[in-house]
Amino acid sequence: MIFNIEVNNKEIKARKGETILEALERNGIKVPTLCHVEGFSPTGACRICVVEVEGKSALIPACSYPVEEWMKIKTHSPRVIKARKTIVEMLLSNLPDDCLYCERNGNCELQNLAIGLNVRERRFAGKKVSHKKDLSSTGMVRDPSKCILCGRCVRVCEEEVTVAAIDFIRRGSSMVIGTKYNHGFNNQSCISCGQCVMVCPTGALYERSRLADLQDALHNPAMHTVVHVSPTISVSLAEEFGIRAGKDLNGLIASALRKMGFDKVFDTSFAVDLYVLEMATELSRRLTDGVQLPMFSACCPAWVQYAEEFHPELLSRLTTTRSPQQLMGALLKGIYPQATGIPVENVFNVALMPCVAKKYEAQREEMIVDGTIHTDVVLTTRELASFIKLHGIDIQGIEPELADAPYHIRSSAAKLAGVSGGIAESLARTLHFILAGKELPELKISELRQNSSRREVFIPMGEHTIGLVAVSGMKEVSRLLDELRSGRKDIHFVEVMACPGGCVNGAGQHIGATDRDVKARVKSLYEYDDKEPVRVAHKNASVHEIFRKYLEFPMSEKACEMLHTRFANNSTAENGGGQ
Amino acid sequence: MSEKTCEVTRRLAERFPNAGKENLLQMLQEIQREQGYLTDNDIRCVGRYLRMPVSRIYSIATFYNQFRFAPAGRYQVKVCRGTACHVMGSVTVLQELIKQLGIEPGQTTRNGQFSLEVAECMGACSLSPVIAINDVFFDKVTPERIRQIINEYRNRED
Repeated sequence: MIFNIEVNNKEIKARKGETILEALERNGIKVPTLCHVEGFSPTGACRICVVEVEGKSALIPACSYPVEEWMKIKTHSPRVIKARKTIVEMLLSNLPDDCLYCERNGNCELQNLAIGLNVRERRFAGKKVSHKKDLSSTGMVRDPSKCILCGRCVRVCEEEVTVAAIDFIRRGSSMVIGTKYNHGFNNQSCISCGQCVMVCPTGALYERSRLADLQDALHNPAMHTVVHVSPTISVSLAEEFGIRAGKDLNGLIASALRKMGFDKVFDTSFAVDLYVLEMATELSRRLTDGVQLPMFSACCPAWVQYAEEFHPELLSRLTTTRSPQQLMGALLKGIYPQATGIPVENVFNVALMPCVAKKYEAQREEMIVDGTIHTDVVLTTRELASFIKLHGIDIQGIEPELADAPYHIRSSAAKLAGVSGGIAESLARTLHFILAGKELPELKISELRQNSSRREVFIPMGEHTIGLVAVSGMKEVSRLLDELRSGRKDIHFVEVMACPGGCVNGAGQHIGATDRDVKARVKSLYEYDDKEPVRVAHKNASVHEIFRKYLEFPMSEKACEMLHTRFANNSTAENGGGQ
Repeated sequence: MSEKTCEVTRRLAERFPNAGKENLLQMLQEIQREQGYLTDNDIRCVGRYLRMPVSRIYSIATFYNQFRFAPAGRYQVKVCRGTACHVMGSVTVLQELIKQLGIEPGQTTRNGQFSLEVAECMGACSLSPVIAINDVFFDKVTPERIRQIINEYRNRED
């Protein structure tokens, strides 16, 4: 039912059942919010969205109050503005007051509200809350003293990620957000996906930076620093510099990295092709050997950790192929020193990833072979941007350059890996070649490109009909796992990405990107596939060369030793399951 | 699964056969009644038994003042922080106790003699500010009186 309500002396249309905020937003009237996250249950905790409703003595929170037909609303009356300003001042009263030194300086929602509401003096001096920082996680840092208890992280962890690693502890003025038993993140069911970092309005949650270590390595003349760039970074970095979303900075990144002092710049997309080729070979073997299917992808470290924590029975179904980041690590610390004559201990491998969980993955036990850590430092898109700014490089004023041999060639399919469904699409192309002996007649698989948390396709390949599913967002993953448990048998491969939409929307990307920005990134990635000649992983010349020179053929004994791993059952078995 | 874990879960299953989320507080109370406080292991077991995230159980348990996470002392000191006691200066009383005992509310002294707790209102407003030690009430206390009372209990033989 649609009816009219009066807002600021004008009639607007509202739908029955929606909240005041939804009606206002649809009509282009902006009300500031803080604890509100679109798509999640409203809590009305922060009261920043209050509006004046005629006939009501108290101010009404727009985010959680349903519209009613008789309503006459004032969104910016003096009373409302005064209330909002007071709320922000009170929130600020017990925070540490170190905005200049804060991770989120310049990109902080609370700061923006304070600016917008013209807070210019300190009227309330509250007792500062002091808490120790939680530095236990390899992926992110929690600083409860900057927490304003909006509860966004709690809701995203429970409703979107379905892990519920954090919750409110105690109550009233002593309330904090913390993990169970109020211990560190590492002691937890936390899967390091970083979704909480993406929704935190202040600097209470942020990724663990390794820029200092990187600086040391870059300035050490004995160190040979190599860097490889994940497929999505080229289409997501632009936003950090205020350039339009989705603008491709491919060659510019390589050029900037060289200017900053990296000795070699490689392309992680090369390793994506290697990953897909190994995985397709592995899947075809599992098919012939009659191993229980579906096989799950294992390139998303948050998903791997989720499986370990909540579904250890699935670990044997994960592909044993290392993730592209770790494949690069294995090559750079295994083959590369041999080929170049640089001692392995002098190779410093940096990965640029759109991801917080990759920081955790690099530190995993399996990723340290014979005492050599394969990936030394992982930087997020955000860290890369700040590093480029630190070096005073004008990203738009430099000439594009190509990546370095030998890990520079990629197929356009590898670029797709940045979007949910991309690994499955690339795998389908290569698997079809393996099973049917020829290329897929139509390489573009539009079923895997729909805008949905689950994408399914069934493709005849030789004598099999292969079912491929791509899921993104852990909520959808647990739904799919339920279906598999209740006996669904038509699926052969499942691609899992913990972040909704895949790595383009990863937790290492620009904070504050809208849906439209993410779609623009996706579009740019798909454009690669429309334009380029080499569109399948198994035609990647660099990958062929690796096999010819060192690893013989996919899944050869040598390849298995270098490119594959095993996931152990690490479950702390403490949680009642992902709900 | 450790033996201890099994034991708690077994007892829960016995006492609360078809338990759901609505039985959570009852379960926690039962465990506390039996052993005096809740351990990490108990919370984990309840979480697993009810198929609820452990962080949520911990969140709910810490919300209520009634649950303890460390063994209580031989003398349980309760300070009323209700409105009447607050007006009559229970803040200074609490501060004095924290100073005398060297512990924060919710903690137990290392020798296990005292534990300190804060109560919302003990229903003895006419005696405010009031404290109770093992259910013996002390009325109209002052910081000075607190020192005497604590010293007296400290030197008790029982």
